[in-house]
Amino acid sequence: MSTLAQKKGFGATLWDFLTTVDHKKIAILYLIAGGFFFLVGGLEAVFIRIQLAVPNNDFVSAGLYNEILTMHGTTMIFLAAMPLVFAFMNAVMPLQIGARDVAFPFVNALGFWLFFFGGIFLNLSWFLGGAPDAGWTSYASLALHSKGHGVDFYILGLQISGIGTLIGGINFLVTIINMRAPGMTYMRMPLFTWTTFVTSALILFAFPPLTVGLVLMMFDRLFGANFFDVTMGGNTVIWEHLFWIFGHPEVYILVLPAFGIFSEIFPMFSRKRLFGYSSMVFATVLIGFLGFMVWAHHMFTTGLGPVANAIFAVATMAIGVPTGIKIFNWLLTMWGGSVKFTTPMHYAFAFIPSFVAGGVTGVMLASAAADYQYHDTYFVVAHFHYVIVGGVVFAVLAGTHLYWPKMFGTMLNETLGKITFWLFFIGFHLTFFIQHFLGLWGMPRRVFTYLPGQGFSTSNMVSSVGALFMSLGVLVLLYNVIVTSVKNERVGNDPWGDGRTLEWSIPSPPPFYNFKQLPLVRGLDAYWLEKMEGKKGMTPAEPLGDIHMPNSSFLPFMMALGLFIAAFGAMYHVNDKAWALPVMIIGLLVTFGSMFLRSVKDDHGFHIHKEDLMDDDDKGVKA
Amino acid sequence: MHADEKFTYETWPAAPEKSTLESKNKFLGFWFFLGGETVLFASLFATYIALKDKVPSTTHHLAKDLFELPLTFVATMLLLTSSLTSVYAMYHMKNFAFKKMMTWLGLTALLGLGFLGLEVYEFTNYVHEGHTFTSSAFGSAFYTLVGFHGGHVAFGLLWCFTLMFRNSKRGLDLYNAPKFYVFSLYWHFIDVVWVFIFTVVYLMGMVG
Repeated sequence: MSTLAQKKGFGATLWDFLTTVDHKKIAILYLIAGGFFFLVGGLEAVFIRIQLAVPNNDFVSAGLYNEILTMHGTTMIFLAAMPLVFAFMNAVMPLQIGARDVAFPFVNALGFWLFFFGGIFLNLSWFLGGAPDAGWTSYASLALHSKGHGVDFYILGLQISGIGTLIGGINFLVTIINMRAPGMTYMRMPLFTWTTFVTSALILFAFPPLTVGLVLMMFDRLFGANFFDVTMGGNTVIWEHLFWIFGHPEVYILVLPAFGIFSEIFPMFSRKRLFGYSSMVFATVLIGFLGFMVWAHHMFTTGLGPVANAIFAVATMAIGVPTGIKIFNWLLTMWGGSVKFTTPMHYAFAFIPSFVAGGVTGVMLASAAADYQYHDTYFVVAHFHYVIVGGVVFAVLAGTHLYWPKMFGTMLNETLGKITFWLFFIGFHLTFFIQHFLGLWGMPRRVFTYLPGQGFSTSNMVSSVGALFMSLGVLVLLYNVIVTSVKNERVGNDPWGDGRTLEWSIPSPPPFYNFKQLPLVRGLDAYWLEKMEGKKGMTPAEPLGDIHMPNSSFLPFMMALGLFIAAFGAMYHVNDKAWALPVMIIGLLVTFGSMFLRSVKDDHGFHIHKEDLMDDDDKGVKA
Repeated sequence: MHADEKFTYETWPAAPEKSTLESKNKFLGFWFFLGGETVLFASLFATYIALKDKVPSTTHHLAKDLFELPLTFVATMLLLTSSLTSVYAMYHMKNFAFKKMMTWLGLTALLGLGFLGLEVYEFTNYVHEGHTFTSSAFGSAFYTLVGFHGGHVAFGLLWCFTLMFRNSKRGLDLYNAPKFYVFSLYWHFIDVVWVFIFTVVYLMGMVG
């Protein structure tokens, strides 16, 4: 049997993706699903900006505005940013450490399908009686009184996708600890791998509190419990704590991989080793640690008292230190380098001032006393869009251009890429810079309209025009993807010519077993080292031998589907629908039945034989 | 060493739970999973402590009126003993004594079943006394924390029975040894959680 992928029909390809456990294909699934939800969330953002463009607008009603606003935040954080970041982690991290797959390929697929079905479930709310409308933070005092099933969609959808994220995090942790190639010590790992590592640890400890919070909210709304009902002895602040104990690490879960991507781009296109590698690692770990110590800065106005506020204010400001270390290291990486302004480098370059602006407003917000003034105004909206868009979205767009050839074997058009960049960059600052001032002038966030003569009209129009620019940027990117895919000009191992790490030493896209022979890593920037010594590729660390690979499986899909079905039963059971309970039981049976099957059916995987690998050599590896 | 290799007492490795890459991964991954579970229970404990004795009116039961230590003590002893028997099972697993391992695992499961029975009996009593899941925030928090633990025990039992049923005829190999081992880790974990529940919920509940 040849290991080459045969030309397949649509059905076979679909089945392939439904059952795949290959981290590279799962990465593509994450990219497509995350990209789709990014467009959905973006559309919601456009609706928000249309509604707010002029005073007294009635483009959408107040109630619908609440739903759009809630879904914009929830979708962008949980269904767009997270999976897009996961796409790059899946696509690149195993290659960067010289592994043939992740530690648990089956769990990897399960994680994707859980996220996917959770996301679909959440978005079905639009068609089934209305979306959640209590904000992406879904504070209990609002959420408990929200009519209809919107908030239930939020609770159950996020619960399902949250489990997927959690097991994904465990998977990456074990992969990085156990599956590094010979010579790949911790302090030789590329920064993106390091940030994936720390991010995964954050996921492991941050998602369980969200799970608990969602369970409590589910019990309150669907099963008659009283956790947040004050008249029954409950306490709504518990939700705030649980949510932010998750929610604050979550912003680092998003931004650390972004830092990782930029830490790959700067040295690549400055053709110079990353400045202060050890301090970068140290700063990453420190940010991860401090990220757990600051959640209550989202609750300064809740009334925790001056002592708690002071402690959390100081802890928050302390995060500025490791972040500052990173900023200076990136600047000094470019210093004296031979900088090449590719599309990814444009984003990396623009990221620094944009993110620093978000950091500065972050320190302003961290001053508890001043925060009473900023709280719940557009100043906060401006701040978090500066860090999330200026940090995470820039990184995702940069990563898309940077890793597209590695994932798909063809380069995105650079000219179109730069057009996307400029449209998006200008649009971003146009939209959000003015919002700092709107906030300081007193415009509250989350309101669906404002009156003329309050001094908000011109600024809001400016902001909405900015959103138009960003939308155009995204459209150009989509056009670029289509044009590139149609042309499909194949590229070699190292299409940028400046690759430093292991992923650029193997074909684009890599064969399904990644490395025919595991590479020997002799230092940081392993591939660059070999190139500088005039070698064509990595020195193998093992003789050519049989390769053990995992089997594909349809069970991950079924397990996630079961929970998706069960969620409908759980939700409609409050309406005394006769079918609700059976549906819930059937769903759970599908999930647990699949788990049982997985448990009793032996799965030893299979071996690719040495002879077939040698055949591949003659034909040139194409996966 | 391959996962499907046949072994004898002499060739059986010293650490069969982590002698292949797959089992090393499983071993480490499960420890991480337990780390996440720890945070999950920590959140539930925090919620319980915040809502302990928070009831809507003075007619409702409080912790000190409700709990009966003798019953909980017996339950605690059952679960602690089951942890000990699972250690014996792992001892025999490492010595390639399959039958003995299965015996001790069976005993572990029986003790767990006994614990679960007592918990159901205890909950039924409370419900009859008017302390229910929906009667107060205290009730919700109590049943959620203790019930989550009970749910973990129930899942553990299903897991244990599945393992024993699946492997009853084929003996030990490097494919299923880590499965047994990981189950015993899980069992110890829910035991440790119970020690905290016994302390925080029951003992601290008795002192008011």
